[in-house]
Amino acid sequence: MYETTYHRASSVDEAAALFSKGSDAKFLAGGHTLIPVMKQRLASPSDVIDIGKIKDLIGVQLSGDTLVIKAATTYYDIMTNADVKKAVPAIAHLTSVLGDPAVRARGTIGGSIANNDPAADFPAALISLGATVKTNKRSIAAEDFFKGLFTTALEDGEIITEVSFPVPEKAGYAKMRHPASRFALTGVFVTKTKGGDVRVAATGASQSGVMRVSAIEAALKSNWSASALDGVSVSASGLLSDIHGSADYRANLVKVMAQRAVQAAG
Amino acid sequence: MSTVKLTVNGKAVSAEVEDRTLLVHLLRDHLNLTGTHVGCDTSQCGACVVHIDGRAVKSCTVLAGQAAGANVTTIEGIARGDELHPMQAAFRDNHGLQCGYCTPGMIMSAIDIVHRHGGELDEATVREELEGNICRCTGYHNIVKAVLDAAGRMKVAQAAE
Repeated sequence: MYETTYHRASSVDEAAALFSKGSDAKFLAGGHTLIPVMKQRLASPSDVIDIGKIKDLIGVQLSGDTLVIKAATTYYDIMTNADVKKAVPAIAHLTSVLGDPAVRARGTIGGSIANNDPAADFPAALISLGATVKTNKRSIAAEDFFKGLFTTALEDGEIITEVSFPVPEKAGYAKMRHPASRFALTGVFVTKTKGGDVRVAATGASQSGVMRVSAIEAALKSNWSASALDGVSVSASGLLSDIHGSADYRANLVKVMAQRAVQAAG
Repeated sequence: MSTVKLTVNGKAVSAEVEDRTLLVHLLRDHLNLTGTHVGCDTSQCGACVVHIDGRAVKSCTVLAGQAAGANVTTIEGIARGDELHPMQAAFRDNHGLQCGYCTPGMIMSAIDIVHRHGGELDEATVREELEGNICRCTGYHNIVKAVLDAAGRMKVAQAAE
């Protein structure tokens, strides 16, 4: 790891001010992406600004039909939170199959979505549930937030403060985990909104990151059941193909994971 | 360089370290607590697991500065004098180690597992929960036995307190 200067911010405003003073600063919350990347010397920020202990960025709130998860809330705190389990149990499940227990103790929802790894779990949940990402500057709809591999709508120095999820009628998540990395070989999040809309998002499948799966959405909209997907085929065009699985394999996984997610959603 | 102050195994300590220093190197190189190991250095193997404020974390993926002000417990801090922690004793009694390299991390993770599950553990849960700790000798069988054994001992110990 190259040399850097560590700062701990005690407020979002202080973090933003520290960022603008650094020549090439980066924000750090749980650090479970940034630190490994710094060790590989793929990132060499002049300044690392720790926002992981800012009190305003930690916690979960459920009010009416909206579940708000603040950006620096750890996976462990999300998966064990009573409001999350009550309002969107699929999020609690997703978080419980992410990484391993020690990783879940540090990693945060804000860090996951800011990094937008093409095999990360949370982007699928945000897209499927129709979440809104709030930053210190604005609100961004999830559809507009994720811009492809490791790319988001965030501007330089912009800090995610919270993610707000509309509570769905039903939602489920199923994931084929890579046995070593525990990232999603393919994961699918399915949602039936309270308005009756169906939204399905897959992670780990597409070459351009998280994606909606319209063929599955159409089938589930007319019949919300795993068997409704029996005859559906997902196109392999644009899907990832690597040593872990071909594009055709992943296309089939999208369907199978969607079926399991619908079963989990009930 | 920064001065990092924290509590390690109940003692207030301070170290002058470069800002890029990882917690595991602060523990090993500056405080000479070499029981915490570096295996993979990529957050996968779990040999570096310590407790920060009571939670098992991988100290190779935490900057020393992030641990400033925190309460850190390492493998050196869990025995009571000459009396092994019940998890250590169970690893010994069940032959839960061979080369021993992964053992400090295994034990620190296992204690956290028992705490989080309140001693209500079955074999499947232990195997699932230990997925972030890799052992290349034992095949895990005796490690799982040791954790289940210790869960019972820790429950009894807690009830007696």
